[in-house]
Amino acid sequence: MTTLIRGAQLLGAERTDVLIDDGIIAEVGSVARADTVIDADGLIALPGLVDLHTHLREPGGEQSETIATGSSAAAKGGFTAVFAMANTAPVADTVAVVEQVADRGRAAGLVHVQPIGAVTVGLAGRELAEIGMMAASRARVRVFSDDGKCVFDPLLMRRALEYVKPFGGVIAQHAQEPRLTEGAVMNDSALSGTLGLGGWPAVAEESIIARDALLAEQTGSRVHICHVSTAGSVDVLRWAKARGIAITAEVTPHHLMLTEELISGYDSVYKVNPPLRRDEDVQALREAVADGTIDIVATDHAPHAPEQKLTSFGDAAFGMVGLESALPVVLRSLVEPGHIEVADIARILSSAPAAIGGILGYDKPLTVGAPANITLVDTSASRTFSADDLAGRSTNSPFIGVELPGTVEHVLFEGRATVREGLVIHD
Amino acid sequence: MKHLLTAALGRDEAIALLDSAEDMHEVQSHQLKKLPALRGRTVVNAFFENSTRTRSSFEIAGKWLSADVINVSGSSSSVSKGESLRDTVLTLAAMGVDGIVIRHGDSGAAALTADWLAASHPQVRVLNAGDGAHEHPTQALLDAFALRRRIHGTASRGKGLDGVRIAIVGDIAHSRVARSNALLLPALGAEVTLVAPPTLLPTGVETWNTQVTTDLDAAIAQQPDAVMMLRVQLERQQGAFVPSVGDYILGWSLTDARHRALPESTVLMHPGPLNRGLEISSKAAEAMQSAVLEQVTSGVSVRMAALYALVAGEDQA
Repeated sequence: MTTLIRGAQLLGAERTDVLIDDGIIAEVGSVARADTVIDADGLIALPGLVDLHTHLREPGGEQSETIATGSSAAAKGGFTAVFAMANTAPVADTVAVVEQVADRGRAAGLVHVQPIGAVTVGLAGRELAEIGMMAASRARVRVFSDDGKCVFDPLLMRRALEYVKPFGGVIAQHAQEPRLTEGAVMNDSALSGTLGLGGWPAVAEESIIARDALLAEQTGSRVHICHVSTAGSVDVLRWAKARGIAITAEVTPHHLMLTEELISGYDSVYKVNPPLRRDEDVQALREAVADGTIDIVATDHAPHAPEQKLTSFGDAAFGMVGLESALPVVLRSLVEPGHIEVADIARILSSAPAAIGGILGYDKPLTVGAPANITLVDTSASRTFSADDLAGRSTNSPFIGVELPGTVEHVLFEGRATVREGLVIHD
Repeated sequence: MKHLLTAALGRDEAIALLDSAEDMHEVQSHQLKKLPALRGRTVVNAFFENSTRTRSSFEIAGKWLSADVINVSGSSSSVSKGESLRDTVLTLAAMGVDGIVIRHGDSGAAALTADWLAASHPQVRVLNAGDGAHEHPTQALLDAFALRRRIHGTASRGKGLDGVRIAIVGDIAHSRVARSNALLLPALGAEVTLVAPPTLLPTGVETWNTQVTTDLDAAIAQQPDAVMMLRVQLERQQGAFVPSVGDYILGWSLTDARHRALPESTVLMHPGPLNRGLEISSKAAEAMQSAVLEQVTSGVSVRMAALYALVAGEDQA
């Protein structure tokens, strides 16, 4: 069974044909025929996108998302691999849960679902979870995170960093000083003061990043900072990288585009953790992606059922869906203003997150012999983003009604079409 | 005015409401207090947070206007009951009510209620009876009303609070009363000074249309025309806002000495209930008692005026 992508624009190359045979790229160049042909005229071929930060909600939160529906949202957004965060119920802190998540991802068959293991039992921050057993399990866990909660205890953080070092694991930190953010629901600012909403100060993020950079330096281990949201955090990261510390960082699409003013009407679709910040922060985050201080874009896709959002701002759940809008927002916020080239998307949304998370097959994309994980994008297309663009179970997207560029036309996951003409293919 | 969600009113709008409250106040001195203005109208007091004063005040105001008044109370955390606040609000609206008076522990709850009703029940009016740390507009209106009466007496109608200097003292950061007053009183021409421990000033307070100081003695030395003491909530001490009760009294309580330093004419105000000995000494509280009760009476007049302005709309039968 062979598939031919005809006339796609490869990054940094001519328009060409790509032949896929048995899930592997067999030929790049002029190809005559194949069993299936995809007309890629006018489309750019990106490597399959990789999201290092996805909440699939299963087990325990199936009213918001399942592994299958989240996989569908991921495919629709051009992803071929997602890292499933550990804050499920039960928490992914045992071999049983991470293997189940991986198995269900495989059964859904739309993307590689790579489980993330919890750092501490029940995300409670008291004792380390079965990190070694999860790493050695069939799920082959390499990323550990208590995301949703900060690994606040400095000793536990140090031990976790030491423990993952021998097998090349990484601790993905949700940097939020808990005491400084009690009751916090939005950026700490003049706006939070007038709205009467609890403020989440930048220092609560920046102080944890500084501490963990130093712990990573001391242990010689790798730390990854989730959803960086402030200009000050960028400064701390720049300092840590200049020092040679093994620290990586991600920014979400929403923090690259949206600011706190959106909260003025108390619409909980804009309630997210860390919160939307100021325009200065947005600009600093964009520049940090451009200069490599921030390594990757990751969605923090956080689906919530309507009951969790249609309530007061204080009661509403934190989080927004992001898989389907990630690429368009990256085009709008990073490519259009000239911070990065389209070709850089292959790095920040594919090879770099795969390398940080330790999954294979993304280091030499779109070359003969590489797995055929390919996303064909029309970057010239523009549309008003709508609920029809969402393919998961929840619709809590802040981008509905926003004009965004770029559509995902076709996606191949391990050589198999998962999206055709913008629609997810369900077997 | 469609809803009363905020005290950020225009001067004319605010004065019109206060003047209407004067009319309502007059009626209260009659033997028969009841007006037929809202006969056949239904007002729901939806209180998701405990309140005796504000709820009774709205209830009496509605009843004296002949509205059918229904009280609904519930926990602020409606999510825990499995029904979203939006569902609760739409359910009440679907019963055919004309006005919803909402008190909720979360900032923005009243504004969201108005938004949610806009599509399906645009005729229902919303009155904010206190939303989290955000606003409490009828409290600010009654403060302005009581203050205007103290200063202008029976000649209050049509007047603002031009040049009147008011110190608001206490936990500004968590106070919806302070936020609403900081919007309304300057709109009426008053000069407001906020006084609080540095830990209890909201972020960005320097951008407000008020003066700000941490020094109560300096504020008192300015001989303000009115001093409004806010209730201090001891349970907030877990947030380490003030080291101790003693520290608070030292810096920000209206002690006997500070009370004596104020001119006789200074109006003492408090939204109640008072913590005697904490934010205010017993003696000062005694001296204040009459003004505090006046505020309570004013509350009914102002809420009658607000309900009348919103719910009696001429388009309704």
